[in-house]
Amino acid sequence: MSTLLDVENLWVKFPTRNGVFDAVRGVSFSLGRERLGIVGESGSGKSMTGRAILRLIRSPGIVEAGHVSLHGDNLLDKSEKEMRSVRGEKISMVMQDPKFSLNPVMTVGAQIIEAYRLHAKATKAEAYRKSVEMLEAVAIRDPERVMKAYPHEMSGGMGQRIMIAMMLIPNPEILIADEPTSALDVSVQGQVLSIMDKLVKDRGMGLIFISHDLNLVSQFCDRVLIMYSGRIVEVCDADKLHEAKHPYTQGLLGSLPRFDEPRDRLQVLTRDPAWRDAPSVEGRT
Amino acid sequence: MTSQNLSTREWLLSDTPESRRHARLAAMYKGWLTLRGNHMAMIGLAIIVVLVGTALFAPLLAPHDPFVQELGNRLQPLGTEGHILGTDTLGRDILSRMIYGSRITLYIVALVAMIAPIAGLLVGTVSGYAGGWTDIILMRITDIFLAFPRLVLALAFVAALGAGIENAVLAISLTAWPPYARMARAETLTIRSSDYISAIRLQGAGPLRIITKHIWPLCISSLIVRVTLDMAGIILAAAGLGFLGLGAQPPSPEWGAMISEGRRFILDHWWIATMPGLAIFAVSLAFNLLGDGLRDVLDPKDSAS
Amino acid sequence: MASTHYTPKRQPRLPLPSWLKGTLVTLASISVTMLGLLFVTFFIGRVMPIDPVIAVVGERATQEQYHNAFLELGLDKPLITQFAMYVWDVLHGDFGMSLLNARPVSEDIGRVFPATMELATIGILIGIILGVPLGVVAAVRRGSWIDQIARVIALVGYSMPIFWLGLMGLLLFYGILGWVGGPGRQSIFYEDMFPSVTGMILVDAALARDWGAFKDAFSHIILPASLLGYYSLAYISRMTRSFMLEQLSAEYVTTARVKGMSEWAVIWRHAFRNIRVQLITVIALSYANLLEGSVLTEIIFSWPGIGNYITTALLSADMNAVLGGTVVVGLIFVCLNIFSDLLYKIFDPRSK
Repeated sequence: MSTLLDVENLWVKFPTRNGVFDAVRGVSFSLGRERLGIVGESGSGKSMTGRAILRLIRSPGIVEAGHVSLHGDNLLDKSEKEMRSVRGEKISMVMQDPKFSLNPVMTVGAQIIEAYRLHAKATKAEAYRKSVEMLEAVAIRDPERVMKAYPHEMSGGMGQRIMIAMMLIPNPEILIADEPTSALDVSVQGQVLSIMDKLVKDRGMGLIFISHDLNLVSQFCDRVLIMYSGRIVEVCDADKLHEAKHPYTQGLLGSLPRFDEPRDRLQVLTRDPAWRDAPSVEGRT
Repeated sequence: MTSQNLSTREWLLSDTPESRRHARLAAMYKGWLTLRGNHMAMIGLAIIVVLVGTALFAPLLAPHDPFVQELGNRLQPLGTEGHILGTDTLGRDILSRMIYGSRITLYIVALVAMIAPIAGLLVGTVSGYAGGWTDIILMRITDIFLAFPRLVLALAFVAALGAGIENAVLAISLTAWPPYARMARAETLTIRSSDYISAIRLQGAGPLRIITKHIWPLCISSLIVRVTLDMAGIILAAAGLGFLGLGAQPPSPEWGAMISEGRRFILDHWWIATMPGLAIFAVSLAFNLLGDGLRDVLDPKDSAS
Repeated sequence: MASTHYTPKRQPRLPLPSWLKGTLVTLASISVTMLGLLFVTFFIGRVMPIDPVIAVVGERATQEQYHNAFLELGLDKPLITQFAMYVWDVLHGDFGMSLLNARPVSEDIGRVFPATMELATIGILIGIILGVPLGVVAAVRRGSWIDQIARVIALVGYSMPIFWLGLMGLLLFYGILGWVGGPGRQSIFYEDMFPSVTGMILVDAALARDWGAFKDAFSHIILPASLLGYYSLAYISRMTRSFMLEQLSAEYVTTARVKGMSEWAVIWRHAFRNIRVQLITVIALSYANLLEGSVLTEIIFSWPGIGNYITTALLSADMNAVLGGTVVVGLIFVCLNIFSDLLYKIFDPRSK
């Protein structure tokens, strides 16, 4: 499998009044044309990892790494201007809540067309046509009407599909999905995921799926990185997750209710301080 | 572990308060520590302390009687022997007049800061708590007062009541209360619908008890911030009225009135109007700085910086 | 479990479309506010320790003259009737006669208002043109030296007495440097040299193509207008900064960056677009404040505007003029508020 993205020893640091806070502490992994899940609890550094790849960590935050390379090209060496042609065109990202991630005062159409025209030399009419097609591809009925609508007129599920359409329209190679379904109604989560899955597969893209939901990730991804306190504590294939060895992963799995093994009391995760200090596991294939 | 074993500081910073008073004092102390870290706010506080000190000890500090005229010695420039800041048109010592003027400024500010927020708090909480028609009528009245430009309304009131410090205070208070009422109402509305108020009501507490014991204390912190930030506006309004001849009357050494007196001589004897202006500026700046700092401590969600 | 159902309060049934209902509610609330405004001025007028009859007939009137005027003014009628008469008169643009010059107050206001408007308009333009970009840059480069400068500008603006700063400006730019014209709207030489069309001298001079007069008027207006401009700049830049900070931390800004937009486009096309509506409200409020708050500035610069008019009237106890001026200024305030509400509805898709 060819490697799209390779991350080596990634750190994300935030200087605070009480010293430097390390949100991500030396993470290494690679991504091919596959679906890679990153799982962890809030504050484990999973979202920061996603944003650091796109160099979206704002000052005073600092990103340091051996390299973050896309097809062998180190993104950290690029100027901000060069980075702009990576964002959207090569790597894109879908965020948690479409209520906040779509601009409330611009029509859906304007936002999608803008995403397309930033990277493709296209006339307005072409861009419009392409946008309508893309909305159809994410199973939106009546796309012409939706193009004229404002985000607040959309339901959460529709909003997230619009977001996916907008992020995929420049045809990127990698999509980072940062908790793409946690703000949605349970009833539409599956639908949104399967649409995203289909598009990613059809286009042969790489997907980084960031979530706190271990079950979801194991069903949806090929490979899973488990993060704890800014480090990767375990890497395993999604279908072998139940064989996980790290006590944190086992604890997470144990704290989930299961139909096939009813229990009176769910396990409570006890955290071992040693996990924090153990070196990061390498997430390369 | 008893508190005797600890230093006062440790007792204040304890995570496990033993009584309500302890918790309250600890919160205040932590707030103070944050405020102390804000240099700008500390400068503001220092200027205000100096102002209060000057007002208290005016007779001791002033080198001359602020009212004694010395016509042979009028319009002396800065640095004159015995008159560091010079003398005005009637030969009175400007420094002494400014020192005494701090009393008037402080008096006006203190009175308005007592009247306006309390009136606003009363109207706002009653309006927010009662709801219905009471709310509609009280808020309409508030809106009407808000619809008037502040200085013009104050001018009209002073015109009706007659010029003078007390009437200026009244006029400024009349124009200053509506924002407090709006704020207190908004806070009351959020507090009123919270579960713990329902719990208190279930325990049989009446409206009076709920308002005075549970709603007012929670409004206080945002009120304090607002008052401090408003002080500058009050000082400027009072000075403006004084400047127009509608506040403190001559020969009272009110700063705004002093600028007005010096205005005629601005081109040749600039210091007469300049010095009191600097004093007004320094004091309102001090209140603004302190208010910004207090906002960061008491109302972090509103702080912009 | 039908019995535990919560029944929402029944809405009053009005067979009206929602926009019409909205308009009616707005109109009703405006008229109540305006009525209240008139009531306050009426009340002030009645508690004034000045006898309105003597104000009309003069000190040396006979008993009979006095009595006739008393009846003519309707002072024998109950207060509520008097108030109704007052509202009626005001609605017809009648604020009574000025004591000072025995002319209708409404005429006086019509004469002085353009002067205030000219000054306030240039002031607000300065405030917008400098204040908005300053606020945006301060928010984007938060904590940088430019943010610090913006902070100092605002602090000084909030703390300095405007009449004192005006005096200092006159002292420096007129007295010492001689760069600008002195107090007043124009030099005596140019007075009545061209027809008054709008009452705004800059506009009138331009219409008459009298560029000498234009330059002269400009040199007179620039200092007071900059002064007002500075105060609105302080306010506008501060508000712009805090609105922008709120938007810049919003998730859609990250979305725009993820798309690969330049920072400039992210700021102006996305974030700024979201603060336009709030900004309009701030600017309208600021403009209203300039229209009324220029009282002190007008005095310092002997500017014959409405603030100057009200104050002069006040000092000579010309109550009709004071109240007339106050009502007009209050009305402007209310109108600008309505106007900004209207723009809000046009520009914010969420309000529909």
